[in-house]
Amino acid sequence: MAKFRDRAGRPIVAVTGMGVVTSLGRGKTDNWTALTAGRSGIHRINRFPTDGLRTTIAGTVDFLDVNPMVAPVLSENLATIAADEAIGQSGLARDDFPGALFVAVPPVEMEWPQRRILADATAKAEGIVYSDLLAAAAGGDYRKLHDLFLFGTVADRLADRFGTKGSPISLSTACSSGATAIQLGVEAIRRGETRAALSIGTDGSVHAEALIRFSLLSALSTQNDPPEGAAKPFSKNRDGFVMGEGAAALVLEDYEHAVARGATILGFVAGCGEKGDGFHRTRSSPDGRPAIVAMQEAIADAGLSPDDIDYINAHGTSTPENDKMESMSCMAVFGERMATVPISSNKSMIGHTLTAAGAVEAVFSLMTIAEGRIPPTINHAIPDPAIPLDVVPNVARDARVTRVMSNSFGFGGQNTSLVFTAEPVS
Amino acid sequence: MSELRDVVITGIGLVSSLGEGHDVHLAALHDAPRPHVDAAAFAPYCVHPVVPLELDRQIPKKSDQRQMEPWQRLGVYAAGLALDDAGLKGDAERLDRLQMIVAAGGGERDYAVDGQILDGMRKAAQPEVFLNERLMSDLRPTLFLAQLSNLLAGNISIVHGITGASRTFMGEEQAGVDAVRVAQARIAAGQADAIIVGGAYNAERPDVLLIFEMGHTLWKHGFTPVFERSAEGGGFIPGSAAAFLVLEAADVAQARGARAHARLAPVRAERCPREDGGLEKTLATMWADAGAGRDAFVLSGATGMARITASERETLDALIVTGSIMATGDLIGHSVEAQFPFGVALAALAVEDGLADEAVVTSVGHQRGEGLARVVKAG
Repeated sequence: MAKFRDRAGRPIVAVTGMGVVTSLGRGKTDNWTALTAGRSGIHRINRFPTDGLRTTIAGTVDFLDVNPMVAPVLSENLATIAADEAIGQSGLARDDFPGALFVAVPPVEMEWPQRRILADATAKAEGIVYSDLLAAAAGGDYRKLHDLFLFGTVADRLADRFGTKGSPISLSTACSSGATAIQLGVEAIRRGETRAALSIGTDGSVHAEALIRFSLLSALSTQNDPPEGAAKPFSKNRDGFVMGEGAAALVLEDYEHAVARGATILGFVAGCGEKGDGFHRTRSSPDGRPAIVAMQEAIADAGLSPDDIDYINAHGTSTPENDKMESMSCMAVFGERMATVPISSNKSMIGHTLTAAGAVEAVFSLMTIAEGRIPPTINHAIPDPAIPLDVVPNVARDARVTRVMSNSFGFGGQNTSLVFTAEPVS
Repeated sequence: MSELRDVVITGIGLVSSLGEGHDVHLAALHDAPRPHVDAAAFAPYCVHPVVPLELDRQIPKKSDQRQMEPWQRLGVYAAGLALDDAGLKGDAERLDRLQMIVAAGGGERDYAVDGQILDGMRKAAQPEVFLNERLMSDLRPTLFLAQLSNLLAGNISIVHGITGASRTFMGEEQAGVDAVRVAQARIAAGQADAIIVGGAYNAERPDVLLIFEMGHTLWKHGFTPVFERSAEGGGFIPGSAAAFLVLEAADVAQARGARAHARLAPVRAERCPREDGGLEKTLATMWADAGAGRDAFVLSGATGMARITASERETLDALIVTGSIMATGDLIGHSVEAQFPFGVALAALAVEDGLADEAVVTSVGHQRGEGLARVVKAG
């Protein structure tokens, strides 16, 4: 029995299914092929006009037929594709998932097309104010829109579709949300509350206002030509992130439960670490302490030491500040050895999938272990002398990788690190 | 796994239309006051407006106040009250380890900008290009930070120095249920020693009224008690409110000499098909699983939505014998994500005051999600 528990006596958490969709394609195979070929999914935006915008590129997912094209519907579609792939791989029933659902979803809000529907339903030709929209809403049947723009609806529909158990949790920790969805699943299994958890991160929120908000905060790259060259994490000429869309799902399972039913084990979530930062709403503490502590806690939670980590799947957004802070923090955690620990950023190819990023990058981290190949950081033409790291520049590399740390950092002082391993750590 | 630990409530911070702090809310449990309802500001809709707050008392820097919208200020203020009450305010070492779970929706829009854009888009030859131009020039860059769901937690970190780590749950009423449930479960299992959990809701916003009016879920007559609205179709009266609780492992609280208001038993949360008796059955099951007694004092989070509120009342009436039922909506209105944490806070005050030996808090979300908490005397 002991081999199914970690050193703290907690159930070991195995991964038995994974699914992913990004601008690079649908499913693990297509994504991995593109990712290890160094191919970018970032392109010119054609979902809406970009006239007057400083940034005109993104890693949107354009190959789905989504109607209406609003963030919650696209996010739900992306999550469904990823979860279907993950549960299919796990061998569990596709409509009767034996555990809880944790889903990181972009905050939901009413969008412009729907606001315009109500404006058109008002009696007024001009001078529209919210009381007119309210009167229009009162006079018609907009129940579908009400449900569409509730925060809990995406998770509710996913729970219906996959038959997850209990009260589904919709969560946000900004750009570390996907990692938090995994952490919540790990904690629930460790508590013995559930034998399995479906953890999902999804984000299909590239619309004009979302892009403009990040643009007004000067967070986005404006190097639009060529689009695939804009995201250049750790490069000296990096100038911001590129918005991306996608989703990933992981079937997490009590190791004992997975073995008992003969499931194929894809890897383990060995450790989770997190740390808040009260320094600023969008900027990190200059000393990097919160990121450092998050990484140290993840490694300690896994019962490992920094020397045990073979590869770091970076947050690596391509913003001047994140990459500098992350690099400095990694050097503080790993010491001199950091010069030779490979660290690469998937965001160089898929952009920043925001709410989904932590889950998407968890899947790629586990695939790195399984395939023995590290995806590169592309667009690395001008190294930043302040970042003396092995960023696996431009070309994928074969390597034996058994333990990966994946970082996720977000607005609002959110810092989450996860450690994935090939073998259980007991 | 080791034995589960007892979880106690050592800090309570409340803000609502009734006032702020413990006393005014405890008094309301003894003798339900005339509710404070504003029927004019958003006519034909009523709201319970929050009392004016002296923000400087909990948010000392004006620059912080300016960076937030009202829903965030309410929450940061209430979180500060909870820390004061728990004796943790300014305790840098403990605040650096204190975890946080916040139940949140999203932030206010710029109503004037929205109206002008809707007007202009009608006349524009290329409405979407017009939209780009106006948003680029008219949106305040920092408004985004007042809208993001997780930035209530972010602001609490900044203002009060809580830097353990935060998680934000979304999903209307059930976000509040799950926030309290997960916080209690993590502490009980030893995954955390102390967590501040709660939510904040600003009802005085036409954009949130709009979401609910699209579903025809709002009560549009004068104030009527929650359980008496069915005859006229039902609906809820939104209320501005915020509630934060400091939850701690009982041994940890005792070791630092903290006073426990009450003990919080494991919280129940469900998502049931409500037709054909499903809701009634789920409520009864949660009641039994929580070990609630027949003399419990019930603080119902019922919305006033006709069918589900009647079902809840009928079920609760059958479960209790000597206990009484009070709708928190009659006191503070419906504060969506904050309603369940608020109910748990009131339950703790009631039990501590001797109003009842145990109190049960229910939540039946206006669209989905059911929850139940049981609060008993500490130690």
